[in-house]
Amino acid sequence: MPDAGGTLQVNYFEENCRDFGIELFDVLDKRQGIEHVVAPEQGFILPGMVVAAGDSHTTTYGALGAFGFGIGTSEIEHLLATQTLVYKRLKSMRVTVEGTPGPGLVSKDIIMELIRQIGASGATGYAIEFSGPAITALSVEARMTICNMAVEAGARGAFMAPDEKVFAYLADKPRAPKGVVWNQAVESWKSLFTDPGAEFDLEVRMDVADLQPMVTWGTSPDQAAAISDTVPDPMEEPDLILRRDLERALRYMDLQPGTALSNIKISHAFIGSCTNARIEDLRDAARVVKGRKVAEGVRAMIVPGSTQVRDTAEVEGIAQIFRDAGFEWRQSGCSMCLAMNDDVLSPGDRCASSTNRNFEGRQGQGARTHLMSPAMVAAAAVTGHLVDVRSLVLEA
Amino acid sequence: MQPFNKVEGIAAPILAANVDTDVIMPKQFLKGIDRNGLDRGAFFDLRFLADGSPNPEFVLNQAPWRESKFLVVGPNFGCGSSREHAVWGMKQLGIRALVGTSFAGIFYDNCQRNGVLTIQLSTAELKELSAMVSQPETAKIAVALEEQFILLADGRRIKFEIDALRKDALLQGLDAIGSTLVRSEQIRRFEERHLQTNPWLA
Repeated sequence: MPDAGGTLQVNYFEENCRDFGIELFDVLDKRQGIEHVVAPEQGFILPGMVVAAGDSHTTTYGALGAFGFGIGTSEIEHLLATQTLVYKRLKSMRVTVEGTPGPGLVSKDIIMELIRQIGASGATGYAIEFSGPAITALSVEARMTICNMAVEAGARGAFMAPDEKVFAYLADKPRAPKGVVWNQAVESWKSLFTDPGAEFDLEVRMDVADLQPMVTWGTSPDQAAAISDTVPDPMEEPDLILRRDLERALRYMDLQPGTALSNIKISHAFIGSCTNARIEDLRDAARVVKGRKVAEGVRAMIVPGSTQVRDTAEVEGIAQIFRDAGFEWRQSGCSMCLAMNDDVLSPGDRCASSTNRNFEGRQGQGARTHLMSPAMVAAAAVTGHLVDVRSLVLEA
Repeated sequence: MQPFNKVEGIAAPILAANVDTDVIMPKQFLKGIDRNGLDRGAFFDLRFLADGSPNPEFVLNQAPWRESKFLVVGPNFGCGSSREHAVWGMKQLGIRALVGTSFAGIFYDNCQRNGVLTIQLSTAELKELSAMVSQPETAKIAVALEEQFILLADGRRIKFEIDALRKDALLQGLDAIGSTLVRSEQIRRFEERHLQTNPWLA
């Protein structure tokens, strides 16, 4: 490892695990990968669990009927020392999602639209329960994307009632209970739903029948719009402080008001992260990429969420589709989601990204991030600009 | 933890919405195994120009805000990553309290854990405060936690609410782990019972 700080952390981590008898999936372990991809994949996360971890995207585990929430270093220390955390009960919010989204629409579009609607602090102080037919229709992996990004609306935790899909997902996972205990567990998990008539501090309803593929144009996850839309005009914002924020975001993003989002050219495309680097995400992207080439002048990367996802993609032939198209096919890790290793964008680079945060400098100082679904990133990679993925895969 | 009672000093306005922890502490400062030297990283991309010199446009590089003990901040301050380095860095820079309308959840708890007071005001109250501290001659305030008010340079007071438990912990500089371990026996009994009724967790 060429990075002295990183080496120090990795070695210290390894030493701590050894000293305290904690099982470690080290970098060469077949089970290694991003925490929020590996933990469900290995069956560590079970319905009814309360899981706290030192990462804000721990909300992901709500998709399995667990309650996951992110904490800082001092609280990790507190948790390790006492097995507890001291909390005031959060406020409760129920997000009911109705309607059937059209073909080509995925769970990333649903959560991005929700964040656009309620804002980056719309759920601050709340835990969110997601429910409704559009949620139950989703696969467990797709649900993880929604719970993962609940924190981008400020939610401290997310939850979805575990159902047969969750039980089927867990049944063959290495660390899930087996035999008699499994049956006992499933019986208990079936009781983890909200009582009819239960009251929430806040109810949000959304209908996704008319949902469009979403992209961000600004530097906060709530600065998003449908791909058919245009870059907004700050002058239309009456509040002065908000207007200044918008102007600042557009200046950073180097975008002019009124520009069609589908005219925005990219220099990079990145599919990865705890939000969207599971096998279903890669399958979605591969359907778009198949038979096409990465556009000239675009550097495109795929970083599977875990080594297991990577191996599965190899077996299914998806990896070959990406390689043939000119994508870099990389080892699993967080990579360009937060630019802590060498995968860093340069100032002025513009990246279509399947990640969760489009903050200033998130993918590299001065770099510009547009969030979207993995299939939308794939579509941008092969066309060289932001584009409605449906014009590529549904055109026939 | 350093107790917080009455603190007096300069307050700097950083009023943009959604200032995230990537901005407060960029990732290149997260690669350590201790908490030293994070004052340099705090607001790094805002504080320093590409050549490493201080950015004269940034409020914390200007007099009198260079000596700030308080930040008056925009909504949803501290959103994003859970990195506690953001709080450590600000604290090492000399910041003792933040005043805003809303704070992101994890960041808010991280502040509490480090003895950094977070005060929530209404939008109107924050406007009043930020108008004052944006002027160099009235940028000085005092925060009295025991009595729960902010004293402005012209003598006006802005009252604030705070949860009694949080207030007590800050006033006394309490060690949270120590306070919890007093209940070790109850925690142990709960765990025993919980694992019996949920054997798949054992």
